[in-house]
Formats: sequence, C-alpha cells, structure tokens
Amino acid sequence: MLMLEKRSNPSRGWTYASPIVAVILTMILGGIVFAILGKPPLETIRTIFFDPLFSEFAWFYRPQLLIKGAPLVLIAIGLSFGFRAGVWNIGAEGQYIMGALGAAAVGLAFYPTDSWIVFPLMIIAGTLSGILWAMIPAVLRVKFKTNEILVSLMLVYVAERFAASMALGAMRNPDGMGFPGSRNLSQYPSAANLEIFAGSGMHWGVVAAFIAVIFAYVTLSRHILGFQVRLAGQSPRAAAFAGVNPARLILICLGISGGLAGMAGMFEVAGPLGQVNVGFNVGYGFTAIIVAFLGRLHPVGILLAGGLMALTYIGGEIAQSNLGLPSAAIQLLQGMLLFILLMVDVLANYRIRFAAGEK
Amino acid sequence: MDLSSINPILLLASLMVAATPILLAAIGELVVERAGVLNLGVEGMMITGAVCGFAFATITGSPWLGFVAAALGGAALSLLFGVLTQYLLTNQVATGLALTLFGLGLSALIGQGYIGIKAPAFPDIHVPLLGDIPVIGPIIFQHDPMVYIGLALVAGTYWFLHKTRGGLILRAVGENHDAAHALGYKVIKVRLLAIMFGGACAGLGGAYLSLVRVPQWTEGMTAGAGWIALAIVVFAGWKPWRLLLGAYLFGGVTVLQLNLQAAGVAVPVEYLSMSPYLATIVVLVIMSSGRAPGSLGRIFHASR
Repeated sequence: MLMLEKRSNPSRGWTYASPIVAVILTMILGGIVFAILGKPPLETIRTIFFDPLFSEFAWFYRPQLLIKGAPLVLIAIGLSFGFRAGVWNIGAEGQYIMGALGAAAVGLAFYPTDSWIVFPLMIIAGTLSGILWAMIPAVLRVKFKTNEILVSLMLVYVAERFAASMALGAMRNPDGMGFPGSRNLSQYPSAANLEIFAGSGMHWGVVAAFIAVIFAYVTLSRHILGFQVRLAGQSPRAAAFAGVNPARLILICLGISGGLAGMAGMFEVAGPLGQVNVGFNVGYGFTAIIVAFLGRLHPVGILLAGGLMALTYIGGEIAQSNLGLPSAAIQLLQGMLLFILLMVDVLANYRIRFAAGEK
Repeated sequence: MDLSSINPILLLASLMVAATPILLAAIGELVVERAGVLNLGVEGMMITGAVCGFAFATITGSPWLGFVAAALGGAALSLLFGVLTQYLLTNQVATGLALTLFGLGLSALIGQGYIGIKAPAFPDIHVPLLGDIPVIGPIIFQHDPMVYIGLALVAGTYWFLHKTRGGLILRAVGENHDAAHALGYKVIKVRLLAIMFGGACAGLGGAYLSLVRVPQWTEGMTAGAGWIALAIVVFAGWKPWRLLLGAYLFGGVTVLQLNLQAAGVAVPVEYLSMSPYLATIVVLVIMSSGRAPGSLGRIFHASR
C-alpha cells in the first residue's frame, strides 16, 4: 500500500523539479483536452508553448511576451509577500483596476499639458490608489478580524462597477462621440507609457517589474522584513516570540501587493491598453495568483513563471486564430496548471513509502 | 423617480428567489466547514453547476434533470478538491482558488454552444390553501420547487448536524481531527462526503441562477455569488438557521437595488449594483464574531 511520510524538511530537488514536472503534465493533459475538442493535440501544444518563441513570426510575438508578462510579474511579486506570511490578498484584480483609474485620473486632469512631470505623477497616483484599495481589507482585518480573502474579493466587483461608471461618466472622452471609454492616454505623449526601444516591447512597466523582482529578492533574503514574513508564514507562534507585530505585517503585506498591483494597472492604462473602458481588466490579478504559486513564491521563480504564463496568453491567441481554439481552453489550461502543481508538490513535502501491512 | 412603483409584496416574494442560489451554495459550504475543510472553490463549483444544469436542461427539456446534472457536476468537481486536499495534502486555500479558476475556464468551455438559448420553463407551484392567503400567500407559497428544497436543505442540515450521530461525528471531525481520529472515526471519509455534499449544493445553486433566476447561460454569470455564499457562512457563525437570515438579508439588498434601478433613482446603475458586495463587507465586519470549527483549514495527516 502506498503511504505518505512527512519529510522533516521539504526536498530541495523536488522544490525545483515540481514546477517543471507540473508544466509537462499540464501539456500532456492539455493535449488530451485539445484532442477532445477536435484539435490536433501536438500541433496545438506546439502553437501555444513554442511558436511564440521559435516560429518564423517570433520576432512579432517576443515583444508581446514582455508586455503580457510585466503586469503578471509585478502583481505576483506583491502577492508572494502576503502568501508567504499567510495574508491572502485575492483581490489584486480590484487593486489593479483602482491603480489604473487613479493614474488615468491624473493623466486626464493634466491633458493636454506637455510636461515630463505627468508620467511620474501617474505612477505615484496609480500606486497609491492600489495601496489605498488594499488598505480596506487590511484595516478591517486588523481592527475587526474580518476575513481579508472575502473582503478583498468583494472589492474586485465593486472596483469593476466603479470603473464602468468612470468610463461612462467622469472619465468619458469628450471628443469620443458619446462612445464609452476615456481619452487614449497612449496618444498623449506626456502620459504615454512608451517603449524604451521601439519594437522591443520594453516599456516602463517591464523595467518596474524587473526592479520589483530585485527589490523582492533583496528584501526576502537580506532584510528583517523578509525574515519576519517568512517566519510568520511558517510558524506564527515563533513569530510572536520573535517580536513580529502581526497587525503591522498584515498592513505591510497588503500594502506591497496593493501598490504593485496598482502600479501594474497604471502601466497598462498608460501603455498597451491606452484607456479606461467598461470591463478593461482582463484578469491579470487572478492569473497572477497562479504565477505566484508556480514561481514558488520566490522572486526569480515568479519571473520565470510570469514569462511562461505570458507565453500561454500569446500562444493561446495564436491557437485561437490559426486553429480555432476557444479562448476558454487557455483559461482551463491555466487553472489546470495550478491544480497539477499543487498535486506534484506533495512530493516535495512528503515521501512515498510502500508499506506492507503493520510496521 | 417613482418609488410607489415598487410593490412590497412582489419585492418580498422576489427576495426569496434572489436568496435561493446563495442559500443553496452556503448550506453546502457550511457542512464542509463544520467538517473542518475550507473550500474556497464555491464560485467554481457554482458556475460549473450552472453550465451543467443549463446544458442538460436544454438537451433533455427537463429542468429537473438539469438540476440533477448540476448537483453531479458540482460534486464531481468538488471530488477533485477532496482528493487533492485529503489524500495529497495540498493547501486548502490555494487548492480552493485553483478550483475556482479551473471551474471558470471549464464552464466557459462547456458553455460555448449554449449562449443566447433560453432555458426550459420551470413553473412555480401554487401551494393549495396556503397560497391563497392574502399577502403571505404570494410572498411565501407561490414559488418554484427549488425555493422549498433550499429551505428543506437548511432544516435537514440542522437536524443532521445537531440531532443525529452522523452529525456529531462530522462536528467532532471538524473541531479536532486528531481526537476524532483517535476515537476511530474515518476523518478523511467524513470529509470527502462533506466536500461532495458541498459541491452538489453549490452546483444546485449555480443551476438555479442559469435555469430560474436569469434564465440563460452567460460566461461568468455567477458574478461572485459563490464568494458571497462563503461570506454568509461566516456571518451565520456556522449555524444553519442564521444562514437563512444572512441569505435573505443579501437577497433583500439585491432585490431592493434592482427595484431602485427600475424605479429610476438618481443614483447611477453602477453604484446601485455595488450594493450587494458592499453589504456583504459590512455584514462581515459586524458579524465576524462567530467561532470557527477548531480544525478549519488545517491539514490532517494521520501519523503512526
């Protein structure tokens, strides 16, 4: 009979191997799903995972990788702090929306002033909006012990409706002939989040994502805050003895994730997306949860996982246009990946033993 | 604005209908949590139930078969969660989230061919005699059968949890799984059964949305109903009867804001439609006092 035996320490080998095993298993299971949908499985897998990087049109898709990956990495880095400490911010999507709205509000207020100050101000406004939105679940958790998972998630729906009202009301483009949606910020030079090198996909959000990775790496491995975050997650009791203030940690973790999600929203609304509109959010905040776990809550891992997830987005679009693969199939594939990863992870924490009756 | 256009009798009657999907999902989750398992995948199981129920009902033409399929679909999805959390000992919060993301994708995939179709009608029943009472009759006794099935499930759950031996074992498992294990109860088996019951109930709740309340299939149509159900379990302090209060409170807010929209109140529609979510937060803040089951969310691994 198969038995699971707890390892005293998680296996190092499996900690690194399990994401790779999970991706391979997801490809196999995904292939079966595609076959059921009547698509050629091998070709579909190749289209999703390899064509964006290695096909003859890859020069067109590679920049997209940075554009799609940046918000995922930014948000996931923020989430990883909370997830490590046992603070579950599930509402990054809402903080992303509020960040985009805050930044757009500043950008639109300055329109059409030509000044270098507009763009930095938008970054600050976006980040602050994200932080403030995340402070609602944080303060409620600290003051009233309200569950932050549920509150942060409810606020996603509130933020979505608020964005819709902005797109139809206060932020609507006065020259837009009555269509919903704001002015296009990417066409307003002072506010636009442009590519640093034309055609490279490298916009300021990508730079911010890389900085966030380095910042998170240093904080988690070298700073007292990183130590406290890890300690609180692994042993709350030990953390209390070590003098970790749980309320402060909750506020900081939600603040970091909210701020980075808001920043991601800012870079999107000023760049690739361009405008505030009804339903402009595409679920980066939720996909980032998968990215954070797939990356082992480790900054470098998250960077790689963000790239992989961006790949499935772009590959999914290619498969959609070339093979007629429904977009929902990609969503399913992403959900499946998280499932399988959690499943494979058992091997990192437990050892499989073949037990023959009583020992 | 014309507030007199709101008919209080119709308002209260539709309140019961609006509360039913949440009530169904919440009663299932309540049992799951009383068994010590936190399944955050309610939203995913609900939407899977919604699409399974809708697909089966339109294929067979029978809403009843639709509901059966929804319960089976929800239970099947929850079994995935059960196997992962109980046998492979995965983190329940992460697994529940995965279940929601997976369920949203799965339902969108299954539902592609069903967009824009109308569900077969699910007629209301008119309870004889009681349905003829003025005021109370139309409010309480003239609904479709699922409303009463939901109420019966609440009553049945109360009876099971507090009046039967099985319920006692389930609560023991939820309060302290190590002690329950030492007494010889099958912790994993009890939890798996509870998880599947929760999945079936969430499926029913989802199908109620797609077959009765809307009645149509649209992607992501549950719009947070599963999460609100989770919130109502906390609000109810894990007690079945208080669940009823929470669900009706939520149903009341939903129906009231819809009526205000229809009456043309000066507040924009977007702000009115925020109110159920804001109400949920307010309720959570006020009522976060209940005591959670002792082993809630903790991983059970029998050591030898």
